[in-house]
Amino acid sequence: GSKCFEQLLLQHPSVAAGGIHRQIGDRSWQISDFSIRISCFSIHLVSLSLLQKDFVPFLLNFLREQTSQILTNGPSTPAKTPNSKAPGSQRTGSERRAGHATSSRVQLFSQRTSASLGSFITATPDALPARRGRRKGGSSVSASGRQVARDLGRSLAEEEDGKNDSASWSGGRRKRSEVPLVSARSPPSQLNLNNLEEFPPMGAASGWTNKPSRRINPTPVSAERPLSKPKMCFTSTPVSQSPAARFSSGSSLEAFTAVQEGNLTSVISNSLQEEREMLKKERYSLRISLDPGTPTKPSYTRSASLPAESHLVTCANPTKVSCKKQLECLAQLYSSCIAENLVPNIFLELFFVLQLLTSKGTSTAEDGDSDLEDNERSEGKQHFRSVHNCVYFAVQVLDYQIISRLEKGMLKLLAENERIASFSPTLHERLRQAYESSTAKVSLLLPCSVQSVSFQPETDNRSNFPSDRAFHIFKKQRDIFYELLREWEDNHEKTGWDFERVLGNKIRAMMAHLSATCNHSHFARLFQKQLIQMCKGPIGGGASWGDTPDQDVLNMLGSDNLSRLKRLQERFVVPQSIRGPCPPPSFPGCQQFFRDFILSAGSYQFNQHLMDSLCLKILELNGLTLVEHEHSDGEADMDEQDEKKRFTVVLLSLRLLAKFLGFLVFLPYRTVEQPTRDLQDSAVALRNQTLPVLDVLKLLRQSIRDQRSILTIPWIVEYLSLVDHIAPFLDYYRKVFCLLLLMVLSEDKEMSFLNKLLILAVLGWLFQVASSFPSFSHQDSVPLVDQQLLYTCCPYLGELRKLLASFVAGNGAKNGGFIRKITPTAAESLAPKTSVTQRKLQVELEQAFFHNQPPSLRRTVEFVAERVGSNCVKHIKATLVAELVQRAEVMLQEKVKEEDANHDKLLEEVCTHLYEEGAQALIKGREFCKKKGPEAVRVLLPEETSAAVLNSAEDIAVELATEKACGWLSANIAALIKREVKATFSRMLKVPGLLLPGEDALESRRDCPPDCQHCAPFPSQIINEIKDVLCVAVGPRDEDEVIDCVWLECLLGRLSQTLRCRKFMCPTSEQQLAKCTVELASLLVSDRVPLSLGIKPPEKSSERLRVKNNPTYGLLKLLLSVWKEDFGTPVPVQLMFSKKNIGYLAEVQQREWDLFLFMLNGLVEHELMRTGEVESCLRSLKELPWPSVSN
Amino acid sequence: MKLTKAQYDEIAQFLGHVQPTRQSLRKLKEKFPSQSQSTLLSIFSQEYQKQIKRTHAKHHTAEAIETYYQRYLNGVMKNAAAPILLELANEVDFAPSLMARIVLERFLQEKEQAIPSKTLINSMLRDPSQIPDGVLANQVYQCTVNDCCYGPLVDCIKHFINNSSYSLCIAEDQLRAKGYDKTPDFILEVPVAVEGHIIHWIESKASFGDESSHQAYLQDQFWSYWNRFGPGLVIYWYGFIEELDCHRERGILLKDCFPTDIVTLRHSMAQR
Repeated sequence: GSKCFEQLLLQHPSVAAGGIHRQIGDRSWQISDFSIRISCFSIHLVSLSLLQKDFVPFLLNFLREQTSQILTNGPSTPAKTPNSKAPGSQRTGSERRAGHATSSRVQLFSQRTSASLGSFITATPDALPARRGRRKGGSSVSASGRQVARDLGRSLAEEEDGKNDSASWSGGRRKRSEVPLVSARSPPSQLNLNNLEEFPPMGAASGWTNKPSRRINPTPVSAERPLSKPKMCFTSTPVSQSPAARFSSGSSLEAFTAVQEGNLTSVISNSLQEEREMLKKERYSLRISLDPGTPTKPSYTRSASLPAESHLVTCANPTKVSCKKQLECLAQLYSSCIAENLVPNIFLELFFVLQLLTSKGTSTAEDGDSDLEDNERSEGKQHFRSVHNCVYFAVQVLDYQIISRLEKGMLKLLAENERIASFSPTLHERLRQAYESSTAKVSLLLPCSVQSVSFQPETDNRSNFPSDRAFHIFKKQRDIFYELLREWEDNHEKTGWDFERVLGNKIRAMMAHLSATCNHSHFARLFQKQLIQMCKGPIGGGASWGDTPDQDVLNMLGSDNLSRLKRLQERFVVPQSIRGPCPPPSFPGCQQFFRDFILSAGSYQFNQHLMDSLCLKILELNGLTLVEHEHSDGEADMDEQDEKKRFTVVLLSLRLLAKFLGFLVFLPYRTVEQPTRDLQDSAVALRNQTLPVLDVLKLLRQSIRDQRSILTIPWIVEYLSLVDHIAPFLDYYRKVFCLLLLMVLSEDKEMSFLNKLLILAVLGWLFQVASSFPSFSHQDSVPLVDQQLLYTCCPYLGELRKLLASFVAGNGAKNGGFIRKITPTAAESLAPKTSVTQRKLQVELEQAFFHNQPPSLRRTVEFVAERVGSNCVKHIKATLVAELVQRAEVMLQEKVKEEDANHDKLLEEVCTHLYEEGAQALIKGREFCKKKGPEAVRVLLPEETSAAVLNSAEDIAVELATEKACGWLSANIAALIKREVKATFSRMLKVPGLLLPGEDALESRRDCPPDCQHCAPFPSQIINEIKDVLCVAVGPRDEDEVIDCVWLECLLGRLSQTLRCRKFMCPTSEQQLAKCTVELASLLVSDRVPLSLGIKPPEKSSERLRVKNNPTYGLLKLLLSVWKEDFGTPVPVQLMFSKKNIGYLAEVQQREWDLFLFMLNGLVEHELMRTGEVESCLRSLKELPWPSVSN
Repeated sequence: MKLTKAQYDEIAQFLGHVQPTRQSLRKLKEKFPSQSQSTLLSIFSQEYQKQIKRTHAKHHTAEAIETYYQRYLNGVMKNAAAPILLELANEVDFAPSLMARIVLERFLQEKEQAIPSKTLINSMLRDPSQIPDGVLANQVYQCTVNDCCYGPLVDCIKHFINNSSYSLCIAEDQLRAKGYDKTPDFILEVPVAVEGHIIHWIESKASFGDESSHQAYLQDQFWSYWNRFGPGLVIYWYGFIEELDCHRERGILLKDCFPTDIVTLRHSMAQR
């Protein structure tokens, strides 16, 4: 292997830059060629050149190897990821799998990454023992890979030592090693690529593919990490300056020029695919090392600024750089690879470069590491063993790669980087300028203030449920759901809190209730809406922002301080939240709740309904019209901004929903272990028969055809990222992956740069994490997958997501990333008279009408029709139906009083009577639409619209609206009336007072007086005070307890005020007041109220006098006046003749009857009772069992 | 009026086992002159209700009922005008209104030879004139009018206060008509901010917000409203324990009066 590289460098260095550039253009891939056959791939594979395909991996590994010392052994550099050095990770494939499972953050998914490794290993049985043995021997399995890298180093240093082969090499690649490298491609037809034995897949190709697991190490976050935070958008676009021009002449440059003139180009172009094949291997090995299941321990002690820590960091000095020529040469090579997307992941490489730029480490080449490997390696020349060299290299590379579209914050950090400033003042200057002109800022979206899903009568009220019971049970379920959510929010971060243990049973009880009442669909909708509500934002759903920012903090600081908070937060959060450039699919933040909920519920019904709900929403969002604006005026800008926002929201929601859908769809098939080949075959045979829940293939094809894949691919990627081990081998998903592959390989010049980058990023990530993509161990899927792996890894996906989603939208609109497609809606006439042909003609005319009009016209008309139709129904409900219901109420009230009224029959009768009038709804509906439709259309269409167009548009809108409204009304009006009347009736029956005779005229008699200030005492207060008086009167009371007469008068005055102001009066209060006052009157006439005359206590001796000046008369007069003038409700004065009250009277001495007589007169005088009534009441008194009074 | 937990506990402790009479209330007022009468009454009432809930069952055993009824009969035989029932209720630590109900029920049962309907009992308690025994009618009336925690008058007062806000806003009936399954006293169609917190609904409570009632309301009502309409405001007209106002950030705001610091959304349309 290493020989290849030497040859390349020494003899045919054209690989380095120009060659790669050129052959890219020769790609035969056409995105339009959807019907690509698998065989195409084989042809390319057959013609591969092992030599070239090895180049890029070699280069990358060489760099990693060379820099491993500086990046990992520096004094303050965090430790390597456990899985590269920790003893526990040195296991066989299956052990490794288990190990990953435990160390991962999201257990469910982390196995997949390691599982793929496992499959890769098992597919190469020869490699396995060797690997194990080597590990045990203290040396790395990747020794051969290192060997290669070492060789590279040697060759660069022109120190050929001739013993660059290793025994382990042949272990993994016995077949290949038998074949001379050059001849590997010469008789292609003889190679059976489909035969695993004869042509071991990539994984088999080596020990060295395992190797990078130790080298590409995403986790060492140096002290300067905040400076190289992943919040950036990389560009692989080379700077305008020719890379070659940057190289000064020198020995190695001569070699390069020699290569450039060499004739390897054709070979390279043939082998492009093969090269990608190799990189696929690479990505597998990377995956091992990048397993985010083993994140770096967060280091809280890291300072945010470089100067602050400079005493810890070796000061990089440009003058101390050695091997400049070689470094420049490597930088050019490396940059070219990045520029042409030949590296597995450009983001990963940028990450690596930034690591180098910010590396700590000692400036001396050697430190205490006396590892065997190091001793071995020290034989070779180490180009990167000093910080100076690393920084020099990094700056060189950055000089090529940068920068125009990096995120502003990132640019700032780079511009402020002292190392760049000292190593390349020109780069520094360009960064500074780029920073000043950049507007590409990444901002956090603020979390929504409302966190619950609002209750919408249209979907949530009683009429949406089959029974009262179902409705009421769902009411409870909603509350329970939020209770669980709150409990989770409050507690899930506490140690020892376990979702399943605490909430599991509650959730399952809830599921049982839902099943009992068939409420799953309602709950699924709530669940899905809540999911979007809480997780759609880039924060909650973001991959790098694990959690939403603390709402309390946000509230506390207010929006003014939010930007400061954000910056602060970034400092704290970002270094910790780096989870490796290719995190496995995970459910960060609130998503965790929803995932755990699904798992704990374990309900087939719920899952099914949830999938239905998710599919529907996904289709809805995916089909959303993203408008291509007519760039005619200044308004377009505004629209464009809106569209960007809208696109962002839609995209993020889609990705979220798709992730959960994928989770649910593949959940039943999920296995911890990679299935054996036999199991897999039978599973594939079995599952090939079933249809996918959501036809992502169709959607993907549509999106490509309609040029809106920028919206569709990102969510399909989320969906597919959760595939189980088997799914990728199914015919259906194979096609999906194949199509996605084409997207990556396509050179779609139309697509805007950031759009493309997003697609590359998400696809790269997908192929990185989709575990059951062990395609190299199963030749049948090789053509599908392997090319994808070239572009794997999507680091900082969350950051990218934020950034790209927002930028991509606008660009997409301009460059055809998505184009609006209108689904024609046929407007059918309501009128049944027109014949079919006439109607058809009308439809055609209508289509024709819209055809030549701007799309906005159609949208407006459709929108107006939809809204007016809907409003029409609401209006009819509120007017006609309400009116009918009111009438029904009156009718029912009359009839229900009749004895033995059969309520059901009564209801039926009344409703039937009303149905006829309900027919008016259609007429009124038509009127409504005819009136409102044109109004709305006129307001919404441009002022300049010609009269003819306007009229037609109005007519169509009215027609559509009428159709919608009347269609609904004619079908539902009767049921609606019945439902409303029934509801009113049952309400009526529940309120007992309403049915009592004489009390049905409850409404207030009048309004407040004109100048009412509504400041009268509350009825409750008056009742309370009267109650106190009654209480004293009825006793028991203390000896000296009296009611002040003046105060009582005053109370009655206030009573009058209270009754006059109708604002706070309600029927029950008024009735109660009436009753209380009658009671009070009764007690007054029986002299039961211990009145005091102001200051003077009543003297028992002067009873005669008291009678004469009895203040009670005044009080009674007041009462009579209040009853007569102020009450809006009939006062039950006849209660005074009740047994109880007459009983009071009966106990008093004769003279006090004067008061009673006074009262009787008063009642008649005030027309509160007629004389006849009084007489009859008195007569009935005789029938009372008079006690001892009869004496 | 906001009370601290400590203040509240002091009052609750004082209330211990007092009878729900105006005499007790007077003592309470003397003891805590700085608290408003309505707050004290509300706390009194709620504390008493708690006590009654605890002891309710023991007063409703067949044995107890029989004892009470016999004591009533014996009492009125001796002196019909004396407050027999009221004193009996006070003696056995039971609400006078409820005592009246027990005896009335027992009385009717004997008279009619059947268990009387609830509606009839309620109706008679509301209007003792309907009671076919003058003495009992007086006794019952005396009990209900003297009970400051239970009884038809108290119910009416509570009902009024609980419903008084309806006239200020969208009636609950209207919301129910739309089919809302749980409805606060009112919903703001255009949300406002109170003391910097967005609110979508207001619930009015004519009671003092103590721990147990607030927890119950949270469980049965406030969170349900939150679940449907988002954050909202609860007004405890008779005050509440300050410490309970701890869900502000999450979206449940407590006040003891109508808020003054209200910020409304300004429509750009309206300004034109």
